[in-house]
Amino acid sequence: MSLALPWPVAWQLIRGGFRRHSAYRAAALAGALTNTVFGAIKASITLGALASAGGRLAGYDAKSAMTYVWLTQALIAPVSLFVWNEVSDRVRSGDIAVDLSRPVNVQLSYLCADLGRAAFEFLPRGLPPLLVGWASTGVHIPARPLVWAAGAAGLVLGVLVSFACRFLMNVTAFWLMEIRGVQTLYLVASNIFCGLLIPVHWFPGWLRTVANATPFPSILQTPVDLISGRYSGAAAAHALLTQSLWLLAMLTAGQVALARGSRVLVVQGG
Amino acid sequence: MTEPIISTHGLTRRFARTTGRGRSRARETVTAVDGLTLRIEPGESIGYIGANGAGKSTTIKMLTGILTPTAGSVRVCGLDPVRQRKELARHIGVVFGQRSQLWWDLPLRDSFEILAAIHRLAPKQSSDRLSELSERLQLGEFLNAPVRQLSLGQRMRAEVAAALLHRPRIVILDEPTIGLDVVSKERLRQFLASERTDHGTTLLLTTHDMGDIERLCERVIVVDRGRCVHDGALADLAALVQTERILVVDLAQPHAPITDIPTARVVGCDQTGVRQTFAFSPSDTTAAEVLAAVSARAEVRDLAIEEPTIESIVRRLYEGQTR
Amino acid sequence: MAETDSGARAAPPAQRLAAHRVWVTLLTSRLRAQMTYRTSFAVDLLGNLGIALLEFTELWVIFANVKALGGLSFAQTAVVFAFANIAFSLADLVVGHVDTLPRYIRAGTLDAFLLRPASVLGQLITSDVSPKRITRTLGAVAVLVVAVAHLDIEWTPVRVWALITVPVFGTAIFAALFVTAAALQFWLVDGAEVTNAFTYGGAYVASYPASLYQRVVRTFFTFVAPATFTAYLPALVIFGLPGPVGLPAWLGLLTPVMAAVAWAGAVGLWRLGIRHYTGAGS
Repeated sequence: MSLALPWPVAWQLIRGGFRRHSAYRAAALAGALTNTVFGAIKASITLGALASAGGRLAGYDAKSAMTYVWLTQALIAPVSLFVWNEVSDRVRSGDIAVDLSRPVNVQLSYLCADLGRAAFEFLPRGLPPLLVGWASTGVHIPARPLVWAAGAAGLVLGVLVSFACRFLMNVTAFWLMEIRGVQTLYLVASNIFCGLLIPVHWFPGWLRTVANATPFPSILQTPVDLISGRYSGAAAAHALLTQSLWLLAMLTAGQVALARGSRVLVVQGG
Repeated sequence: MTEPIISTHGLTRRFARTTGRGRSRARETVTAVDGLTLRIEPGESIGYIGANGAGKSTTIKMLTGILTPTAGSVRVCGLDPVRQRKELARHIGVVFGQRSQLWWDLPLRDSFEILAAIHRLAPKQSSDRLSELSERLQLGEFLNAPVRQLSLGQRMRAEVAAALLHRPRIVILDEPTIGLDVVSKERLRQFLASERTDHGTTLLLTTHDMGDIERLCERVIVVDRGRCVHDGALADLAALVQTERILVVDLAQPHAPITDIPTARVVGCDQTGVRQTFAFSPSDTTAAEVLAAVSARAEVRDLAIEEPTIESIVRRLYEGQTR
Repeated sequence: MAETDSGARAAPPAQRLAAHRVWVTLLTSRLRAQMTYRTSFAVDLLGNLGIALLEFTELWVIFANVKALGGLSFAQTAVVFAFANIAFSLADLVVGHVDTLPRYIRAGTLDAFLLRPASVLGQLITSDVSPKRITRTLGAVAVLVVAVAHLDIEWTPVRVWALITVPVFGTAIFAALFVTAAALQFWLVDGAEVTNAFTYGGAYVASYPASLYQRVVRTFFTFVAPATFTAYLPALVIFGLPGPVGLPAWLGLLTPVMAAVAWAGAVGLWRLGIRHYTGAGS
């Protein structure tokens, strides 16, 4: 098992991931439309809650709450809050042995392909909800270069953390074989704690503590907070550092699990 | 005069297809079946052959009511397939060699039970028929195994039994022996032949295997680009086909193409000159003579005599028509 | 036409099985297949309970911050939420797989359905069933029981009738939406995900007070994809509340009518879809 991934290979894998997904343009547009309709519903519910709370809730006013709603809808696809079982399927079929025999790092190879996927989905699946949101309720993104830079970095880190978590979950297939149940539970936990349905800031104190003890806020809540300019200066740096630490932790865990798992594979003679 | 069990008149199906990508996108119309007129009597056994994309599957889909013709008419068992699809389904059985109609996650026996229910067979009727089919297709050993665990040969026998459970008057088989080993093929052919003798079932099968045709079909219809290019007895086709045989030899040493044998011509030679392919007519010479002639010119290490493929037959028929 | 008469081969009508036996056989065979893998079934049950919990957490977090939403209290909103979730999860259990029609087309399964003497829609519906989703329904039932117990409702016959029948007709409405989605996919194929906007989107809309939505959203999900009839409108009848502008509470009594209309539309569209499929080919 190799730990290295040369840059030219990485670049090819990213391009490959991009091209592979660009074949499904109709599907991307259909997904964008669905995300937009859900955005409209979520916007209504959120505005209703704000109205009941007297116009402000946990630091959100109507403008920032709508920015949150439409940004989350735009970023669902790039940060991929869906079921993904490419690697677990290969573990189950034994094809993972082929991946492991290649002289490149397995985890980082899939990571590059996932980056390519996210890069493709960013515009066709992200832009429609943002445009509809901008035209209907307004979306406010501060025009400050530092906010944009932090937002971009946060988004890339969010995509990477999401991948690292999903990869780790897929690798459990070495021991569990059937991971559909794990998938569902992962989906439930990530959807609550990443701030997709309700901002993490609205959670009661204890639930917020639970959420922040997981990598999930780093996937969506933090990128959205950074892009919408909720954090600045030291707070933004702190948010990016938290994301980076979660990324490092999850990638390491995935790497260790893969190494152990491939030993299981050898023992079983797979 | 009896009424034909299948009759088509000027049967035509066109598809609109998009080609190219981006700006060079264009819509074009493809004619998959082009003015096909057929008449098949009850109890006949038809080999329906042609190259890939010749229009065989499209024809089958129109005969079974899955696809509406663009033009022309079709009657099967005296019914209009598309408008009376459900009624027709009681009289026909269809086997698609590469698509299963069994329930893959259930024991095979359950698939038959479900199909019996769908065809509303009385319990006695279906159990009698199943034991008959089970005996003749030797399904007994795996009736209780889940379908996904069956080997290809076992599955195909099961598919055929499933299509025949309701005693259809016509059985349509699309590539029934594809991928099967010699023994399984033979077993299936034997069964189909006896089913026809015993029940007078009409058979229509598409295949790439000349063996299927020789063993099962009295009449052969050849289609090319949606048109019927040959419709006649198997013997007529055999005469046409036998006009040319193929001999492939591997030489011990590379050699320039051997073009000086009077009764055979080189139709293929690989880059190294080791493998050379000869075509000859059985009426002029024999394979042994050609081989001897080659051996006289170069040392032969290995040889093979190739059966003519359906594609080559179709090509020849087509060349004969256009010439 | 003596030659084409099938009398000699098929059984006389009296010996034939009744039509409903076909569907019972198909469905029980699916259930048998599902139960073969007990452990994974148990994990799936747990997973679906998790989904119920997830959906409810969203509502609960909102009410951790506010006292009312769209004019309804927490308990009232919970009733709306529970109605919507019971109906949607039951519909999803029975017909949720039909909107994966493009997969059936690609695998050739639809052609196999067409070659059998039974309704294609019936075969599609009975080709799968997901009993694992029952825990999601049970979670929603639990929410309904607790929420109703917290409310002070004067139980008139009409209200009792609404409470009992709404989950049934609500399920029918969502099932009709799924069938409509499946029918549309004959044309969509590559863009099949669009239909999620009104199936899953409908469930989302139905779970919250419709008074929250903008007029266009509200009208669409009431008169085109009638999601508000599955929960909010009948709930207004039970609470004895007037509806928002354009949505009078008495509409809530028309849920059974809407279910019938939705099914008529779905079946009609399905027939057109089949005609399109057999006309255009695959």
